[in-house]
Amino acid sequence: MAVDEATVRRVAKLARIAVKEDEVPHLAGELNAILAFVEELSALDVSNVAPLTSVTPMRLPLREDKVTAGGDPEKVLKNAPVREGDFFVVPKVVE
Amino acid sequence: MSDLTNLTLAEARDGLKAKTFSAAEITEAHIAAVAESKPLNAYILETPDKAREMAKASDVRLAKGEGGPLEGIPLGIKDMFCTEGVRTTACSKILDDFTPTYESTVTSQLWRDGAVMLGKLNNDEFAMGSSNETSAFGNVINPWRARGSTENLVPGGSSGGSSSAVAARLCLGATGTDTGGSIRQPAAFTGIVGIKPTYGRCSRWGIVAFASSLDQAGPFARTVRDTAILMRSMSGHDPKDSTSVDMPVPDYEAAIGRSVKGLKIGVPKEYRVDGMPTEIEKLWQQGREWLKAAGAEIVEISLPHTKYALPAYYIVAPAEASSNLARYDGVRYGARVNGGDITGMYENTRGEGFGAEVKRRIMIGTYVLSAGYYDAYYVRAQKVRTLIKQDFDKVFASGVHAVLTPTTPSPAFAIGSKSKADPVEMYLNDIFTVTVNMAGLPGISVPAGSSPEGLPLGLQLIGRPFDEESLFALGQVIEDSAGVHPAPEKWW
Repeated sequence: MAVDEATVRRVAKLARIAVKEDEVPHLAGELNAILAFVEELSALDVSNVAPLTSVTPMRLPLREDKVTAGGDPEKVLKNAPVREGDFFVVPKVVE
Repeated sequence: MSDLTNLTLAEARDGLKAKTFSAAEITEAHIAAVAESKPLNAYILETPDKAREMAKASDVRLAKGEGGPLEGIPLGIKDMFCTEGVRTTACSKILDDFTPTYESTVTSQLWRDGAVMLGKLNNDEFAMGSSNETSAFGNVINPWRARGSTENLVPGGSSGGSSSAVAARLCLGATGTDTGGSIRQPAAFTGIVGIKPTYGRCSRWGIVAFASSLDQAGPFARTVRDTAILMRSMSGHDPKDSTSVDMPVPDYEAAIGRSVKGLKIGVPKEYRVDGMPTEIEKLWQQGREWLKAAGAEIVEISLPHTKYALPAYYIVAPAEASSNLARYDGVRYGARVNGGDITGMYENTRGEGFGAEVKRRIMIGTYVLSAGYYDAYYVRAQKVRTLIKQDFDKVFASGVHAVLTPTTPSPAFAIGSKSKADPVEMYLNDIFTVTVNMAGLPGISVPAGSSPEGLPLGLQLIGRPFDEESLFALGQVIEDSAGVHPAPEKWW
């Protein structure tokens, strides 16, 4: 089960978090401590138990399919780190 | 502190209505108290101009006899709540100077009812922590210190700014959010009242998401009655949150003073953990005696899956967090750190923007949701959650009305005293509170006494779904028996 340094790098990549090389051993230790702690759950027999999906018995409410908000690009773009006109700007994605 | 900051919320409300003092006066008294409170670091953004403007409008409404249920009441708002035009950061660098163009449903209801905003309160980054030591704005300090000591203690977390501010008389009440104990544990550490309502009672819309199936907003105040008053304004159905329930909101304050005669109170044997300090055991015993003296019946109960709650929580909460926090990508809002291509930009933004605890939890969440581990960790934890909920369902079906436990396994501890190498040491703080979130139940923490060093201790009452009223009635019995917790001596 133990998380090794390669796994830390893989998980960091999946989570899109830049991790410095000198942080890796420390992170591996911390993640292992947490995983060792949750290991206790494997002692339980849960073969006939359904996973919980909602704490309150409720049906997902439906509403009429109509626009209730939006149409205000200024509000949407107000906190953009970089914008151009009514668009968010990102580094080039397509060559 | 001035007399006006030392009033209970109910007293302030009545005084405002009777025009004994004005909203402007009580707001000014609080603005002054906040200005002197820098050493506590409870407020990360003060909004005195906005407060004065709101108080002025309140005075106009009060003069016309049109005041709402919270008219002119100065409150502090946890920085997890989006406030229109007022910077909201969840105390993370990654949100930078994010200024919402909308108001969270819960806070909009407080303003609808006339409350006045004093500012935004510190919390653990993205509400991940039990000591308010993970905030990008620095630690919050507990206004309480051990007798004869000048050592700084934590105010609990994640709503540490809220608990510190209410206890130190920097507002009459505050909002909090509770994912694993973040309202009840800080309330216990600072000698005030805090309630986490049933999941679905308050709208989550406009609150920065941590773990959506566990998060719930709730109030802090210095008396049970005051939290009941705030609860009524904060609760209610919201079409913008599909998990908010469409049920009428009761007049919670009317439950204060209601008889608890004949109520069956369960005492779970599994909460007698090894190494529990004698003062906590004594407090719990005292609580049983108080409720019994008020006519409640005390019964021993069993919640057999209790010990699995915290491990299951540390799978479910990080998993949901890793998904929720995927939105912080440096594109639509918040900070951006460039990194060549778009992936490099995401990675650098998130690597620099998130603090250590948040990164740890996102990575654990990513790991337990990744291919090959999903069933072994996440699905298993959700199954354990079913068992935890069934434990409570059985107890309530057997006629138990509420469950009594200590809120925390210890009083407030010193800043920096928990191990940095093992994050689990900090997680154990939530051992008594986390089951409540896992089962979606309401839970209240009420001050019930002090440790031998003079630090506040709290008792927790856990209720049936949507029966917050019984918690207020029972909480009032504890408050009447223990007395309203005194104010901390001002050292800051």
